[in-house]
Formats: sequence, structure tokens, C-alpha cells
Amino acid sequence: MKFSKSALLASVVGTALLSTSAFAAGVHPETGEKLADDQTFTYRILDEHSSFDPQVNEDVSGSEIARNLFEGLYNQDNLGNLVPGVALSHTVSDDKLTYTFKLRDNAKWSDGKPVTAGDFVFAWRRLASPELASPYQWYAELMSVENADAIVKGEMKPEELGIKAIDDHTLEVKLTKPLPYFAAMTTHSSTFPSPSWAIEAHGAEWTKPENIVSNGAYKLVKHVPQETAIMERNTNYWDNDATIIDKVETLVINDENIALTRYLAGETDRTEVPAGQFPRLQKEYPDQAVVFPRLCSYYYTFNLSDSGPEEFKDVRVRKALAYALDRRVITDAVLQGGQFQAYTFTPAVTAGFDVPKVDFAGWSQAERDAKAKELMEAAGFTKDNPLEFDLVYNTSEGHKKIAIAMTQMWKQKLGVKVNMNNMEWKTFLNERGNQNFELARGAWCGDYNEASTFLDLMDSESGYNDGKFVNAEVDELLEGAKSAADPQPNYTRVEEIMAAEMPIIPIYHYTNVYMMNAQLKNWPIKNAEQNWYAKNLYKVAK
Amino acid sequence: MLSYILRRVAIAIPTLLLLIVISFLLMHAAPGGPFTSERPLPPAVLANIEAKYGLNNPIYVQIINYIGGIITEFDFGPSFKYKDRSVNDIIANGFPVTLTYGFLSFAVAVLVGGALGIAAALKQNSWLDYFAVGVSIGAQVLPNFVMAPILVLTFTLWLGWLPGGGWNDGQWNHLILPVIALSTSYMASVARLTRSSMLEVLHTNFIRTAMAKGLPYRVIIFKHALKPALLPVMSYLGPAFVSMITGSVIIDMYFSTGGIGQFYVNSALNRDYAVMMGITILVGGLTILFNLIVDILYAWVDPKIRY
Repeated sequence: MKFSKSALLASVVGTALLSTSAFAAGVHPETGEKLADDQTFTYRILDEHSSFDPQVNEDVSGSEIARNLFEGLYNQDNLGNLVPGVALSHTVSDDKLTYTFKLRDNAKWSDGKPVTAGDFVFAWRRLASPELASPYQWYAELMSVENADAIVKGEMKPEELGIKAIDDHTLEVKLTKPLPYFAAMTTHSSTFPSPSWAIEAHGAEWTKPENIVSNGAYKLVKHVPQETAIMERNTNYWDNDATIIDKVETLVINDENIALTRYLAGETDRTEVPAGQFPRLQKEYPDQAVVFPRLCSYYYTFNLSDSGPEEFKDVRVRKALAYALDRRVITDAVLQGGQFQAYTFTPAVTAGFDVPKVDFAGWSQAERDAKAKELMEAAGFTKDNPLEFDLVYNTSEGHKKIAIAMTQMWKQKLGVKVNMNNMEWKTFLNERGNQNFELARGAWCGDYNEASTFLDLMDSESGYNDGKFVNAEVDELLEGAKSAADPQPNYTRVEEIMAAEMPIIPIYHYTNVYMMNAQLKNWPIKNAEQNWYAKNLYKVAK
Repeated sequence: MLSYILRRVAIAIPTLLLLIVISFLLMHAAPGGPFTSERPLPPAVLANIEAKYGLNNPIYVQIINYIGGIITEFDFGPSFKYKDRSVNDIIANGFPVTLTYGFLSFAVAVLVGGALGIAAALKQNSWLDYFAVGVSIGAQVLPNFVMAPILVLTFTLWLGWLPGGGWNDGQWNHLILPVIALSTSYMASVARLTRSSMLEVLHTNFIRTAMAKGLPYRVIIFKHALKPALLPVMSYLGPAFVSMITGSVIIDMYFSTGGIGQFYVNSALNRDYAVMMGITILVGGLTILFNLIVDILYAWVDPKIRY
């Protein structure tokens, strides 16, 4: 009896050992690659994120963290397509105004409580409420959720927001107007659920590691502001068994050269490559230096408002300046990080967007230069009577290099005299926002992966239209695109009008230029929004 | 002496108040605000946020509320940028870090710099003197923003001995590089100041008398020469100590130490008014305090000084 009992025990222990060792030796369940023993993913962030609270956070590094700590209705796969998160599916009413989400019943918070439709209702009301005063309140308005505008203005109570829990696993959202990309907007971190009980118990302190409750693949275990945030597996997460990365660590490193040094010393798995260093790194570390397109556009905007210079009201001047820029010099000699020369505002990587063939994109640089000279002379400016204006950018080495290259090209080709100015960021935004500039630098990154996130800037009513470009046809086309079955013809036409009117000078489309640990796999380089989820990554053994 | 101290403390209070008011006004006069961003907020959203933080009040009401909050509840307000945290929180987390590496750097600067300076003065024009002067000039011309990357490159990447950054609760190996980077230029100044004032003292009549009297060299140096030689060094060390313990943006930036130096600069750039004010008051208060301490030490070192 005694013997058989211990034999039984031995066999149980044996199987347990076997199964753990099989797990530890770890092979990837799908690819069969041998996994590394240490599944810690450490990455550099430029600056401390603003908050762990999904409704309060307002920066990219914070939303990256939020995507690991929390899970919204939908997630994105490696291509940026929607895949189920807490929601398994949804239906849309015939008038396209009511969305009904079916939530999974096995989703749990890190404290073991089930994730319910009520948690989303709580979070979305919170997002819109003037009391929390989230800087992302406008996102509730942007999603066109019923009554969001009035709640933000304080005219209605947050409880009147068009979202309700039909039961624990059915969520209904009412919109004020049809929005073809509404479901895609639920991948944004401000729409993630939040735990009412933790927030009520701890107030603003609820995001401290000892108080926080989260429903994503990871939970926060340590936070040293300005240094690191450490997240470990949330064992209650519904897909925990399929998660491979055990621990996610952020390291705040302000200086990108130091960040690179620390990466090379093996302290992080991912860091950004400083401008101009990519060619060297690619040669030395071909398996680690990676570059892929990013949903951002770099441009200069003319001030077309009344306070702007008279000269810029002449489209010939605007075109001449845009044509005379040799963008290849900027991307290949100045930036050297695989950036794309831009002739349209919207980047080619934007989902469902075909880059229109605008005229000057197809010309050679010599043709563009000749045309520029012609236009400039027609506008009455010669080398003896040169055009003169002020150019302003926000203080940064990179922007300065580009501005110098631009002004030199203009000077040599057109004899234009440019006074360069730089301003500290907030001052710059203030001046640009109040039209106290002549030609100002601008950059825009898509809030979501659809051309309207860029082109809406050209709407005469847009709060982001700092150059005050007004074109009734553009306004109409953009409005039409919102409800069109296929908005591409509208977008094509808007880009064509922009090429004809040249309210901005598109310069280049960004790339992400990273050094990434060669052991780290499955980084979604094809997801233009770069919404990555640590739970989808893994590290292979050396 | 006591009445002197009380008088100084009494002056400190209006000085601090003036500092608060002026910084507050300057801060608010800078273009843009804490919520100016590349994506300008819709007016209704901005109004809600400003109401939450009381930024919709006239500026004099804001100042009164701010000072009132400090006096009644010792509350320095919320951070506009790091929304989960208050200024008290940020200072409570960051200041101990800064204090640790600042104090260690100060100790290194004083001990190494002082020793180098004294040694150089005692053996003027010897190889030791040239060495000390050489080291201190070298350290002075190498600013810490050059020093920091060189140190990281050498000790982290090439030698692999020390971590390139982070604080790790002040573990010793995380302290070495920041302390070296911060202390060198101060050390250089201390060394040169000590050397020159020591030389000056060594050539005074009372030292010559002591020599002539046949006092032991050790006694002459440590009992008679050192004290007066340290006076100019001390007046330098007061403000230097404050600037070291209130942090260096360079050190925080390059070594990700999480000290308050970086918050100080970032808060100005972010227009994070309350954080900026909180650290200004801290630095202002400490400056006043250490100037007082230096003055008291002066009287202790030099009996000629009376208050």
C-alpha cells in the first residue's frame, strides 16, 4: 500500500516534471521555433507616459502600456485588421446607428471579477464626463456616440451617453450618424473598460501598482516614475495560455544616443535609431536594424489667412516652392532612414488608400526645377527682386537640418531669401495655432488607419487647419467621404486639388527605424498604426 | 547669533513669497499652456479641463489659491502632465534620488577636489601640482553632457562593468556613473579654488611666523592654514551643494535616474505649472537655507566674522 502510494506519487511528480520541462524547453505552438527561457520584453520609451488610466492617458507610450494592461472591444492583428478582444462580434442596425457587441463570457479582471458590458459603460461615461476632464473627451465626440457632445459641454449627465449594457455580455452603442469605421475606433485605448470598484475605492490613486486592476494580458507590478514600468502576466486573462512573453518592461531613456548604447549593451530589446545612423547600423547589425513605413506625414504649411503674407496668396509662388524641393536629398542624404518622398499628404501605407498620380510626382526633379523657375518669374520674382519670407520650425536638430536643406535649395534654384526661425514646442504651437507665421513646419500622424485622418485637416472648419486653407469643394468631398461606400474617388480628388492649390508642401512620409533584438519575433511591422500587443510577441532561443 | 538666524529666517519668508509670485507670473506669461498640443482641444473639452484645475480663475485668484493650498494643507497641486500624480508625489519620489547622487557627488567633489588642491599647493610646481592642475582643468573643460555618453560608452558598452542607466532603488552599481559625471566639474572647481587659496594662505605672515617658530608642519597646515584657506571654497560650496542636491537635468536625462532635475526642465517645457512651481520653491528654499548655513559656518571658521 505504502509502496504503491509512493509509486503513484512518483509518477504524478514525474508527469508534472515532464510537462513543466516540456513547457520550459518551450517551442512555439504554431511555428515550432525553440523559445528562449527568458521571455522578458524590455523596450525604450522617450519620456514618461502621462497616465496608466486608459481614459486619462494622452500619449503614444501610455497607450502602448494601456494595450498591454487592458483590453478593449477589439484588438488588431499584425496587419491592423480587427480581431476579437473582449467583444467576440457585433451587429449593426439597418440605419447604421446602433451597434450591438457580443462580449466573451470568459474575460476576467486581474482580481478575478468577470469583465462585463457594465465596465465599458462605466469607462465610456467616464471618458465623456466633464468631472474627469479627460483630454480625450473629444474621442467620445469623434466616435459620434449619442449625446457625447452635450455631456462634454455639461448640458447632459454622463448617464445619458448612448451606451448601455443589455446584459452582462451584450453592449449596445447608439451613434448620432453612421460611421463606417466605428468598430475600428474601439481599438483606441481611451475606449478600454475600467474597473469601477477600484476607482471608487482609491480615486486617482487607483493606477498605483498596489491598487490597479486590469483586464489585459498583463498587470502592473512596479512603477518607478521616469525610470521603468514593469508588467507581468495576468493569470486571469482569458488567453493567458497562448501568451508567451512573461514580462514587459519599459525603460525611460530620454537621449536616443544613450538609448542606442544601452540597446547595444543588451539592456533593451528595442530602441529607435537616431537620424543618420541607420546606414551604419544596417551594415553592422543587418538582423537587428529594421525599417518600415509609419502612418505620419511631414510637411510645411503656408499661412493663407489674412495675417499671412500676400506673396503666398499667389498659387504660382506656392507651387514654385513645392516643386523646387528635391525631396530625395532630404530623405536619402539628411534623414537616411528609408523615409519616402512625399508628393501627397496622405502616406501610401494608409489602409484602403491608393496614392493618386498627382502631376508633379511624375516629373523628374529637373522638370520640377524648370517649372518652379518659370512660375516664380511669372509671379514677378527674380534673382534681383527675390521673394523673401520667414520659415519657422520647432526646435530640434532634425528639423533644423531639413530646414537648412530646404532654404538652400530655394536659394540656389530660385534665389529666394528665407529667414529661418525656431521656437520651443509650446510657443511654436501657440504661434502656429494663432496664424502668427508665414511658412511653418507641420507633421501629422494618423489617429486611425484611414485617409480621412489626414485629409480632414484640409477641411476649412478643422481645428488643425493652421494654414487656414479654405476650399468649398474639398469640404464637400470630405463630408461626402464619410458616408460613401467607396470614399477613394473623393480622396483622390482632394489630393488633386491639394496638388493644384498647394496649401501645404508635402515633404516626406515617416518610417519607423528601430534596432530590434533579433530573438524577438512577430513584431507587427505591417501594422501601419503600430498598435502592438506584447501578448503576440515571443522570443526565440539563441 | 540666534537673533541673526531668526532675522535671516524672517527675511526668508517674504523672499520665498516673492519668488513664488514672480515665478508664477513668468510661468503663466510664457506662450502656450499646459494643454496646448499639436491636436488642439475642442473649446468645450479645454473648458472642462481648465475648470478642473482652476485655470479658469483670474490669475490673482490662482496665486492666492496656490499659496493657500501650500500653507493650509502643504499641497503643491496636481501635475497637469503626469495625471496620476501630484507635485508632492513627484517631489517625494524624485528628491530622495537626487539627494542621494547629489550628496555623494558633493562628497566626492569635496574630498577628491580638496585633497588634490591641498596637495598641489603644498608641492607647488612639482609633478603632483601639474598633475592636479591638469586633472582639474581636464575635468572642468569636459562638461557632463559629454562626460555622460563617454562614461556609458566605456563602462557599459565596451567594458560591460556597469549598467548604462536606471536607478534600481539606488543600488551601488547604478550610482557610480552618475556620481562621476556630476562630481567631476565641481571637483575641478574645488581643487583649483583650494589650491589657489591655500597658496595664498601659505604665503601670509602668520604662517611664516608659525614656520619660524618651528611648529610641526602638520600642525601648521591643518590647524592654521586649512581653516582660512577653506573660506573661499566654502562660499563656493554652499550654492554648489544646493545645485547638486536639487539635481541635474543632464544626469537625469542621460542616466534615467528619475531625479527631479529633469522634471524641473520638462515641467517648464510642458507648462506643467504646479510641478515647475513646486520644484522652484524647493530649490529656492534650499538655496536660502544653505546660504544661511554657509554664513554660520563662516563665523565658526573665521572668528573675525561677527554677526
